[in-house]
Amino acid sequence: METAPQFFRHGPGPLARLLFFALLSLLLMVMDTRFKYLPEIRQTIAMVLNPLQRMAYLPAEIFDQVSGLFVSRSLVDEITHLRGRHLSDQGKLLELSALEAENVQLRNLLEMELRVEVQSTTAEILYIPNDPFSRKVTLDKGSLSGTQLGQVVVDDVGVIGQITRIYPWMSEVTLITDKDHSVPVQLVRNGLRSMVVGIGQDGIMELRYLAANADIQSGDLLVTSGIDGIYPPGLPVATVSKIESDTTYSFARITCIPAAGVSRNRQVLILSPLPPIPERPEEPVESIRKDKKRGKIGLR
Amino acid sequence: MAFVDSSKHESLSNVGNRFIVLSLIVALVLNLLPLQGIALSLRPDCVALLVLYWSINQPQRVGMGASFIMGLMMDVGDASMFGQHALSYSVMSFIALLMHRRLRIFSIYKQIPQVTLLLLSAQLVMLLTGILINANLPEWDFLLASVSGALLWPLLPTLVRIPQRRRPDSNVL
Repeated sequence: METAPQFFRHGPGPLARLLFFALLSLLLMVMDTRFKYLPEIRQTIAMVLNPLQRMAYLPAEIFDQVSGLFVSRSLVDEITHLRGRHLSDQGKLLELSALEAENVQLRNLLEMELRVEVQSTTAEILYIPNDPFSRKVTLDKGSLSGTQLGQVVVDDVGVIGQITRIYPWMSEVTLITDKDHSVPVQLVRNGLRSMVVGIGQDGIMELRYLAANADIQSGDLLVTSGIDGIYPPGLPVATVSKIESDTTYSFARITCIPAAGVSRNRQVLILSPLPPIPERPEEPVESIRKDKKRGKIGLR
Repeated sequence: MAFVDSSKHESLSNVGNRFIVLSLIVALVLNLLPLQGIALSLRPDCVALLVLYWSINQPQRVGMGASFIMGLMMDVGDASMFGQHALSYSVMSFIALLMHRRLRIFSIYKQIPQVTLLLLSAQLVMLLTGILINANLPEWDFLLASVSGALLWPLLPTLVRIPQRRRPDSNVL
């Protein structure tokens, strides 16, 4: 370990320094993953890094603008395509408004709570971080534009993810394909409820906790069920692609393909948070205690 | 060969701190470039490369502390766990510090295999911490960044010296 003669040495030796920095970074890692401390330090560094990030983004932006000068032809195509889609969407919207009115009426009749309308703001994907250990995207809206933790991010076809970290000028979205990120979903065809869980790979997810004999077919559309109070109900999440039911396991192995993709377009929508769901009624504590006592007595 | 290298070292020894910081900032920007697909997996970790370069050639100025700070920057930029890059860079810088005398004996091309191993050691530390927190395991092409970085290694001395050559010129003018 002797790297320099004693009289040339400055400060503590390399091994001591390594130990110090290793311990410090381990401490930071534990604080970051377990206790979610340190947002201030991260934010300060992010503030320093922000101009550099914008600078790194400049070439792509210039390329976009320059290529924008040469796309008038494809723009004409796009406009005709969008006009067609607008027409068909308009028809569907008319139908939808009639249905909405009917729904309100029916819900009034049944004295049920009205569905909440979800507001949304548009944001742009700033940057796809190069971290092979997680699936994340950075958006250009931060706490200064009113973004909050836990908000849901969607694109035109379905759910993309959830905002998990916030800086003043930008925010980080954890994608639904991130490992162990789960979304409660419902089958459109028969209303079956389950969970879609990411496995850490692009373009593939797993539908968990469905019995091997559950009524599910490949091609079934999964939408958010809305029972978590975070994801508004009815947003497309994924389509079922492959089902392996093995009778030795109690659950079927079902793989899905997420509906939305980050690589396709840069504009996304941030949905406003849902109103808090009513709190769970407190469990009758007294009777449980008595039951426990009884149980103990019974054991004796 | 060793003689030539020592002369190179002399020309580097009057490098200003400001210049080192500037080179690290440029490396940060290069690391933050929004790339996708093959370009992303082939893109070398420029910050790791430069941290390694300076801790081999200027061990008195860039050591574990500087590597640690650059690591923290990369952690925020890459949205990874806080401290992951910091740990891997400081470990890499530590190994470089132990080896820097021996490494400088070799010519720049003969340094490539050892630099590959050093860059791989940094990625290995990242992989281990990733496994510890039960994160996604990256695909095998994650390791390609080390190889491409090491292949860029021979270019590094010339790239780093470009601004230094200009400086005396501007004085003359």
